[in-house]
Amino acid sequence: MAERTVDARGSFCPGPLMELIANMKSMQVGDTLELLSTDAGSAKDVPEWVHKVGHEMVDTNQDSEGTFHIRVRKAK
Amino acid sequence: MAGMFIICLNGDREHLQFAAMAASVAAVSGTDVQVFLSMNAFPHFIKGHSKQAPVSGVLGKKMEEHKVPEFFNIFEQAVELGDAKIWACSMAMDVMGVKEDELEPIVAGAMGLTKFFSDAEGGQILTF
Repeated sequence: MAERTVDARGSFCPGPLMELIANMKSMQVGDTLELLSTDAGSAKDVPEWVHKVGHEMVDTNQDSEGTFHIRVRKAK
Repeated sequence: MAGMFIICLNGDREHLQFAAMAASVAAVSGTDVQVFLSMNAFPHFIKGHSKQAPVSGVLGKKMEEHKVPEFFNIFEQAVELGDAKIWACSMAMDVMGVKEDELEPIVAGAMGLTKFFSDAEGGQILTF
């Protein structure tokens, strides 16, 4: 399964979510995407969207520089 | 028809920005979204018209300073990623003398208010 990183640092709401969605459209089921975001809202919005549309959250963490790393697996 | 029905009237950056955000987030989350453009919001969706809406307050100024993506780009994402439908008020088109082929491609076409309200029955209507 492939892994992809999308760097949305500096992008404002709903930019990171939109970049994630645009990338996931071209991914295969089972592939994982790591979204990098400095938008605090994304840390809550992305999991909400993932659960709503039926993908899988892998994990979320924030590094020492404040960047959120949100990993999502395409499930359908 | 259930779903979210967004009416855009105000032509300033702040109102258009939030309308675009609401449309895009709802559309990519599986909600059927329809947008109705009229009054001062409408001209921004005519080919060749500026997509840089005037700001009306501090949030708009800050958005410009921070180079937040333009509302028009966010509406494009709503259509491309979420299959939102954007309609132009037929009255506004008549007043401005604008034909359908003069509208930006993200606009699905002309719409009358009566048909829009009929479609919106039972749905959620937001006005900006």
